[in-house]
Amino acid sequence: MSAAYAVSDCWTMTRRELAHWARQPVQVAVGLVFPVMMLVMFGYLVGGGRTVPGDYVDFLVPGMLTLTMVFGLEGTMTAVTRDLDKGVVDRFRSMPMTDGAVLVGRAAADMLQSAAGLLVMTGVGYAMGWRAHGGPAAFAGALGLLLLLRFAMLWAGIFLALVAGRPELVQSVQILVWPFGFLSNAFASPDSMPGWLGAAVEWNPMSATATAVRELFGNPGGEPGWVTAAVLWPLALLALFFPLAVRRFRRLGA
Amino acid sequence: MTEGGEAILMEDVHKRYGEKRALAGLDLAVRRGTVHGLLGPNGAGKTTAVRVLATLLRYDGGLVRVAGHDVREEAARVRRRIGLLGQHAALDEALSGRQNLEMFGRLFHLGARGARARADELLERFGLAGTGRTPAARYSGGMRRRLDLAASLLTEPEVLFLDEPTTGLDPRGRGEVWESVRSLVDGGTTVLLTTQYLEEADRLADRISVVDGGRVVAEGTPGELKTRAGRDRIDVVVRDADRLDEAVRVLPFAPGETAVDRDRRLVSAPVRDRMAALAETVRALEAAGIEAEDVALRRPTLDEAFLRLTGADARRGEEAAA
Ligand SMILES: Nc1ncnc2c1ncn2[C@@H]1O[C@H](COP(=O)(O)OP(=O)(O)OP(=O)(O)O)[C@@H](O)[C@H]1O
Ligand SMILES: [Mg+2]
Repeated sequence: MSAAYAVSDCWTMTRRELAHWARQPVQVAVGLVFPVMMLVMFGYLVGGGRTVPGDYVDFLVPGMLTLTMVFGLEGTMTAVTRDLDKGVVDRFRSMPMTDGAVLVGRAAADMLQSAAGLLVMTGVGYAMGWRAHGGPAAFAGALGLLLLLRFAMLWAGIFLALVAGRPELVQSVQILVWPFGFLSNAFASPDSMPGWLGAAVEWNPMSATATAVRELFGNPGGEPGWVTAAVLWPLALLALFFPLAVRRFRRLGA
Repeated sequence: MTEGGEAILMEDVHKRYGEKRALAGLDLAVRRGTVHGLLGPNGAGKTTAVRVLATLLRYDGGLVRVAGHDVREEAARVRRRIGLLGQHAALDEALSGRQNLEMFGRLFHLGARGARARADELLERFGLAGTGRTPAARYSGGMRRRLDLAASLLTEPEVLFLDEPTTGLDPRGRGEVWESVRSLVDGGTTVLLTTQYLEEADRLADRISVVDGGRVVAEGTPGELKTRAGRDRIDVVVRDADRLDEAVRVLPFAPGETAVDRDRRLVSAPVRDRMAALAETVRALEAAGIEAEDVALRRPTLDEAFLRLTGADARRGEEAAA
């Protein structure tokens, strides 16, 4: 099987996901609006009494962007299990197509959606008074780090979905994502937490991305030197989950 | 392709799910260009066998070759030569029929234009040309089945697997599927068809394997199977349970074909000549002084013949275990 076929198969599978969007514009819109709602809610309702340096909106927006990347895992898992449940994957697997093209299609679509989500959220953040001060290159770098985190979480999501198998089981795995998301510095600075909690939060890969992104945006809560961690953490997750996911998909019939 | 011309070959194939043995030494040989029926009750292992053949399921032991290629070692080669209509729809139901067929066509590397042309052709052929943008989820059961069948025929496969292709279809839908299968076979395709309907196997299949408990319990042409398993039977109910064994000894039945049901004090055997068998039976019982409660001739239906073939194996299994 040539490389041209591989590219064509991956593109066909990506088009399939885009065709799903065209069929369900409302669902796509809801997917974009939900994180915006969270942002607005935290910004205006919870925001008041936080002990974080500087303006809370400037602190919150990078945190929410990071959190959205992590929670994207849920959508990925749901989509993968729904596919497995429907039997269409059986047809894909009985065809002479490239191994893993199904997963690549999923990944490409989810990345596109996340990129769109980031743009919408930064726009709403801007309207709420958030400002990035780091210049265009740093801004692009921050978005890159966020998407890298999403990409790593995406493959973790694919793997977990393939392991869980059924949509019912996905829900139980999803619950585990919540503490991971909230035990981070997305909403509050670790300095304001009890010692042990603060330590856990500092070691959360998500906190690395949030801190680095804050630094690149020139927002409060950023610290120099975190960009490396924000690159290495997702790469480590990818190195673990990407092969696991592809292997698991290949061995579905075992 | 080997000179033997077997399009499908399974030898002593085993598959278990945990403790459950789904295939227990299944043997199957299907000549090129023929239709082979895999007939069996629920849980017999039909779907498991098809999934193994279609490279979807790993098996534990044995040999499996499709179109001359080993399904384990040369899965990619096998996949280029097969079509699959699974027991459950294998479609993207959020998409229209056309979108489904074009997508699968591209994945078969027909190219964008080729895939579109082929989709047109198949939609027309399966009476789905007017479905437009309607997602397959809103199709009727019969339409979905036809779309699924169309998807499995995209490349005019060398070997086609049909897992209960007509279950849930009305008589008209069933007739349409049968029609399609026949025209395919005229074109040289080898078809393996699983079904629970004897009538379907009878109409379509050149040969039938009756499967039960993950093994083939009978194999032959539909005609052979009917005469073998569907012969008239004579049932003798003995009054005194203690004399059942004696009755078995004196009755003029072939030992291998005689079935004994102790609870019902019943001896049963297939017969060739109805009247002669009846007379001989009565004479033998009288001579031995065994009192019979009932002696009856029965003509089994096709379904009974099938049940007997599969049930006979269950009894044999029990004896082996005892
Ligand atoms: N994924 C699975 N996990 C556990 N057991 C299974 C699984 N799939 C099938 N089985 C079992 O294996 C046996 C064979 O199943 P299979 O689906 O092959 O039967 P079948 O002949 O296709 O039946 P049906 O006519 O109901 O479709 C059954 O006892 C079934 O319960
Ligand atoms: Mg089945």
